[in-house]
Order: sequence, then structure tokens, then C-alpha cells
Amino acid sequence: MPTVSSSDTAIEVIDLHKSYGETEAVAGLSFEVRRGEVFGLLGPNGAGKTTTVEILEGYRARTSGRVTVLGLDPEGRPRDLRERVGIVLQNSALYANLTVHEALSHFASLYPAPRNVDETIALVGLQGKEDGRSRTLSGGQRRRLDLALALIGDPDLVFLDEPTTGFDPQARRAAWETIRSLRSLGTTIVLTTHYLDEAQELADRVAIIKDGRVVAEGTPQDIGGATAHQARVSWTDEYGAKQEIETDMPTKLLHEITGTALAAGRELTGLKVSRPSLEDIYLDLTMEEPGDE
Amino acid sequence: MSNFAQQQAPHRRSAVTLAWRQYRLERKLFWRNPSAAFFNLMLPLLLLLLFGAVFAGNKKYVDVIVPGIAGMGVMASTFSALAFNLTFLREQGVLKRVRGTPMPPASYLSGLLANAVTNAVIQITVVILVARFGFGVGWPKNWIELGIFLAVGVATFGALGVAFSHAIPNFDAAPAYVNAIFLPVIFISGVFYDTQTAPAFLKEIAQILPLTHLIDGLSAAMVSGKAISTQLGSLAVLLAWGAVGGVLAVRGFSWDERGN
Repeated sequence: MPTVSSSDTAIEVIDLHKSYGETEAVAGLSFEVRRGEVFGLLGPNGAGKTTTVEILEGYRARTSGRVTVLGLDPEGRPRDLRERVGIVLQNSALYANLTVHEALSHFASLYPAPRNVDETIALVGLQGKEDGRSRTLSGGQRRRLDLALALIGDPDLVFLDEPTTGFDPQARRAAWETIRSLRSLGTTIVLTTHYLDEAQELADRVAIIKDGRVVAEGTPQDIGGATAHQARVSWTDEYGAKQEIETDMPTKLLHEITGTALAAGRELTGLKVSRPSLEDIYLDLTMEEPGDE
Repeated sequence: MSNFAQQQAPHRRSAVTLAWRQYRLERKLFWRNPSAAFFNLMLPLLLLLLFGAVFAGNKKYVDVIVPGIAGMGVMASTFSALAFNLTFLREQGVLKRVRGTPMPPASYLSGLLANAVTNAVIQITVVILVARFGFGVGWPKNWIELGIFLAVGVATFGALGVAFSHAIPNFDAAPAYVNAIFLPVIFISGVFYDTQTAPAFLKEIAQILPLTHLIDGLSAAMVSGKAISTQLGSLAVLLAWGAVGGVLAVRGFSWDERGN
């Protein structure tokens, strides 16, 4: 089996371009996904996320650039690759009149070394629904069957496109647990999501895409560089105005303001030390510049 | 997981096995959708019974309607069903899902086509039985000729159905698109009357359409017993349509919804 890139690289994208006529949807994108990690792809609608993922999945041809997935070129969809990759599409129907067990058995037969059907049902939490036809499943249960169909081939790499859209908070937690257990089984996961808390919760590393380029890449904790992660100390002053100071040294700053307040016999209402969440950094990075209109 | 290649190779199923599995799945799904199954199998039967009952005493007319309904059944179960189903499967993302699995595209499409062919065979069988026992029409005169026209007919109309699905913009429009072709074609091609009695301009259009030639061939095989050597013209027209349909079916094929 040809394994070109180093064995701890699952996906390598170098200077990827994709144009549709005049418009360039992907404009020189590069990133790397390591084996066994959960990699989050974030970005506003139209940033080129879907195009990028569909190129990696083999659904689309690229205009230029180098792409390797599990050591293979996804273009032309080699069967070797399809046997090792699982895909959860955003909207894809299930066979309405097949039961959960029948659907999984059918798809299992397409793979050379599939997961056990009952084991997969348990992995996504569909126990008790084995004999229910897809049409009788709730929206959340359908998405779980979707996920099960992507996992039935026991893939090394799984693409999850908006896996929890439309879930209630409890179902989301359950889906997160499934994704974590997949990760602990050594599966590499590429996650596209609009929910930044989801990326923060699940992803080992994220890339933020805007206008077809990667604008930031790193762990959810470090992304955007050190200045993006400065602590913010905020409180309400004696005139009722909200104060906020960004600092690299929150301990020193806190000592100073609390000292002053104590000396003056004042209480600092609403005193808070916070760090920007992935969402704050994401919004900073992807915010449209003020237009020229 | 590192030596995945070594463990997987022996278990990879052949393209033929996978086509067979897809075919079995399609059969199961067909019977689990009773309204579609009914429409597919009962409509030709109903038409045959109605027309047969009205013209029961008129042997000449019954001889026209039996191969006519048989030909219509072939077109409905291949051309209409495939154009309809593929539009649905494409719009629903089922084709895209299948495209993401190791299923070879040829195996998948073979399974779908074989399913349509099975329905055509069931329909012809029902028509033959009803004609034989309901209206006293004899058994088909030439089974080999019948088999040849059936095979060429399903191949031609199957290819045309796949090709036509590319022209249908979305599933909501599918019934209108399919019937806009199906209904005029079954009337002009002489499903319900002998084309020889039609006005000249309709006769000329009918001579171009593949269904006319399928019905002529089926009529020769089932009713008149004319040898296949007299039907080579019809066979040639069918094959020509099949070739055009085949090329268009392959060239225009899209796994993904249009507009993406």
C-alpha cells in the first residue's frame, strides 16, 4: 500500500486552489491533519470549507495544489481510500424503508473489514432501534444512523460535516461522547462545524478559513497568537461605568486594582478575569472589515 | 491499523457480488413501497383488463392491445421508473452517499438496472398470462424472438431513462417531465390502436419512436409469429436509440444534486 507522507500525517494540503469560472473558492490553502487527532475546520459560510472537504473526500477535483489523504490522492476516488474513509454528509437521505440493522448490514458488506453491526449500533447509541425503519426515527436518531453508516467500514479517517446541527443540548452531549470514544479508538476525525463551543470541546487543533485561505491554525487554546489570548480584567467602577483592561500579567494588575479599592474602602462590583473563548477569537479573525459603502 | 492493506485484500467482494447485493436491496425496497409496487405492476394490468373487457369480442383489437400494453409495461418499468428514481436518489443525496463508499459505480447502477428489468419481466409475464387465460389469446408464438425484443427493449429504454434523468431539474418536476414524454409516446406509438389506421403525420412520427418498434417486435413474437428476419428494421431502430441513450446516460451522469 503506497504511503507517501510520513506515517503520522493523515491529511496534507499544500497550496490548494479551486476555481469556479472567475471565482476562486479556495485560494492557496494549506494545512496538515495528524493521525489520531480531531481537527476542526471553522469558517463563515462561503469561506471554502465545504469545497475543501469535498476535495478531500474525492467528490470534487482541485484546480491546483497538492493533496494527500492517508497517503493517497483523493482525486479519482481510489477504492483503497474509500475503504478507509467514512463520510457523514450534511444532508443525505437514508433508505426510508430499511431498518437500522438492515441498512448497516448492507453497507457493512461493501467494506473489506467492517465493524460489527451491533457494536456500531451501540457506539452511536441506537440500541433498541435496530428493527425500526429509518422513516420512524427522530431527527437526532437519523443523524446517529448517518454516523453509524460512516463508521461501519471501521475507517481510519472520518469526515463529519456539521454533525450536531439541529440537536438538542442533551443529544449534542451524547454525540460529543461518541466522537470522543472514536478518538480514543485512534480514528482521525475532520470536523466541520458552526458551533465554536463544539470545536473548543472536541478539537485537538483547528484551522479557521476565510476567503479560501487559512487565517489561523492551532489548538483551540493557542490559536490566534499570544496577544489574542490576553486576559481581560473587568469590573464596574464607582460611577457605574464598565471598565476592562487586557493584560499579559493579570495577577499584577489584579493586585494593583484590588489594592487601590481596598485602600479606598470600595467594593469592585462585577470583578471578573476572563480569557477570550475560541468564539471571540473566531469573530475577531473572520469579522468583515468595515465596507466602503 | 498500520498493516490495514494486508488484512483487507482477501475480504474485498467482487464487483459482481456487490451488484447482486444492490439488486437484492432494490428488490426488498421495491416490495416495501406498496404504492409504487402497485402502480408499477397493476396499472398495465388494469388497462389491459379494461380495454380487453370493452373489446373482448373483437379478436383483432385484442391482438393489438396485448403487445401494446406489454410494450408500455417495458417503457414504464425501465424508462419512467429509472428517470424518476434517479432524480429522487440524486436529490436526496443517496447517490452521493453511495459514491462515498467502496461500492463500484458500475455495480451500483447494474443493481438498479437489474431491478428495473425484473419489473419489466414481471409485467410481461402478467400480460401474457392475462391474455392467455382472460381473453383466450394463444401463448406467444416465438419465445426466442420475444426474449430478444424484451432484452433490447429494456436496454434501450433503461439507457434512455438514465439519460432523461439528467434533463429533469428536480424531483418535484419529475412527474411532469416523465409524463410529458411517456403519455404522448404511448399514444402515438400505438399502444391502444393499430398505427396503420392512424393519420399520416402521426404514422410518420410513430415510425421514429422506439416504442412503436418494440411493440411491432413484441407483436410479431407474441401474436403474428412473423420471423425475426422480418423485424430487423425495428431491431435496428431500437438499437440506434439505445446507443444514443447509452452515450447520453454515461456522459451526463451526475452523482450530486444540480446547482452545486
